[in-house]
Amino acid sequence: MIVIEGLRKAYGSTPVVDGVSLRIPASGITSIIGPNGAGKSTLLSIMARLMEADGGTVIVDELDVTRTKTDLLARRLSILRQENHISSRLTVRDLVGFGRYPHSKGRLTPEDAGHIDRAIDYLHLGDLADRFLDELSGGQRQRAHIAMVLCQDTDYVLLDEPLNNLDMRHARGMMQLLRRAADELGKTIVLVMHDINFASWYSDGIVAMKAGRVVHHGAPDAIIRPEVLSAIYDMPIAVQDVAGKRIALYYE
Amino acid sequence: MRAHDRRALGVLCILGVVAAVSCVCFMVLGVKAGWGFILTFRGTKLLALVVVAYSIAVSTVLFQTVTNNRILTPSIMGFDALFVLIQTLVVFFLGSVALVSVDPVPKFLAEVVVMTAFAAVLFRWLFLGAERSLHLMVLVGIVFGILFRNLSAFMARLLDPNEQVSLQDALFASFNQIDATLLWVSCVIVAAVSLLGLRLVRRLDVLMLGRAQAVSLGVDYRRTVAMILAVVAVLVAVSTALVGPITFFGLLVVSLAHLMVGSGRHVWVLPASVLLGIICLVGGQTVLERVFAFNTALAIVIEFLGGLMFIALLMKGAARR
Repeated sequence: MIVIEGLRKAYGSTPVVDGVSLRIPASGITSIIGPNGAGKSTLLSIMARLMEADGGTVIVDELDVTRTKTDLLARRLSILRQENHISSRLTVRDLVGFGRYPHSKGRLTPEDAGHIDRAIDYLHLGDLADRFLDELSGGQRQRAHIAMVLCQDTDYVLLDEPLNNLDMRHARGMMQLLRRAADELGKTIVLVMHDINFASWYSDGIVAMKAGRVVHHGAPDAIIRPEVLSAIYDMPIAVQDVAGKRIALYYE
Repeated sequence: MRAHDRRALGVLCILGVVAAVSCVCFMVLGVKAGWGFILTFRGTKLLALVVVAYSIAVSTVLFQTVTNNRILTPSIMGFDALFVLIQTLVVFFLGSVALVSVDPVPKFLAEVVVMTAFAAVLFRWLFLGAERSLHLMVLVGIVFGILFRNLSAFMARLLDPNEQVSLQDALFASFNQIDATLLWVSCVIVAAVSLLGLRLVRRLDVLMLGRAQAVSLGVDYRRTVAMILAVVAVLVAVSTALVGPITFFGLLVVSLAHLMVGSGRHVWVLPASVLLGIICLVGGQTVLERVFAFNTALAIVIEFLGGLMFIALLMKGAARR
């Protein structure tokens, strides 16, 4: 379980995360939704110790993320952010292999090689494994990065907009993959999502943020409602039941 | 073994052979005096060239990894400019006699310490900042570089013309006048720093992924980067103190190394850069001295080629955007 208490972060005098307290249950998919600038990515970064909070605590399975040794934490929790700029040339396999760094510190064992091959297979990167990242499309690169994070094999996986750059087929494939990781391996997956319908379809819980605060937290049924969504996004949003799931319509 | 690795290994082997041939040619071509004299005379020079090539190549690779860029090098951080300033200050306040008469070893060590300390102060100050602090550091480096250069230029103008000439002499990159005692001190320092660096080598690849990903993979980012930058500082200090500032040499060999090796992994890029550095310096010096019988400073040729590379990289970067 991830327990967040009174988390605050401001850039200058503008609060970005404004007193967030949250409990994210273990095993399952939790999606964080909300408009641009709601503080979703900042919250995720603080949860993964990439950013320092001005106040408050994040505790992952009894471990305080700011006090725990970073290499110990790297075996429990992984994160992938939106922008991943790499100035040097690496192959997909090199990149995925870095996911094993917390476990083997750069000396890959045969067991690591197995993890790497599996991660490459999961994301259908077999044909691209020996290509350099700068020869790939944005979506392919995104999948390579996600393969690296899966290869890290942590109980907690935080992904900032994992569907970025992915076409429909790969976006669906990605969500199905994450669903399987949660159901079969008991992983706890926290996503920042812009596509609220993907969030609705695949999540166990949804956290809605606005202006640095958590305004709603609950099952998709409780959040994907016209009045709730309209208030979060400041525009009229209709919701329909389709095949037992709730789908938001906001195109017109 | 995968195709990319095989290619990289092939490139390394070829570079190794060319570097070895350069060294042999440097030692044996056009020998006129007795062997005993030649071996010590040219041997010292060869060793100096190798140490300088090694220091500049390694420091540039490490610096580019840490700052996650492929265009900037330590000299951008105002390192060589600081060296120039120290020399100018010595001449300005103590006179050119001091530059020559002070025991070279303590003077050299003092220079290394001052330059490393400068780097440490800069980093400590910058690491108090937030995420983009490395970019900020590079900017600050440029500003410091300009400040130091202008300060030295200003002081040099106030100097007696004779003093200024001896200062100029000390400042120009020169591979012909190298103090043998300094060389041994340099070798010891470089070896010590390299041993420290060896412990960081596996973390270097992870750092290529950028700060966020490195932290996520469990690298103690602040400590690792601080240590690497300290290694860079010492290596740059050593090479600058030995032969003077050469701005574009590191950029030239590291860019070539990346181009030839293909993969950006440090197992390949580091040795390739060092070998290319040796080929450039030792081979270049051999060609200039023995084949063309030029006495032109090799530094000028290297700066010219390196400058072209710098412009090419900038154009490529601009074209991408």
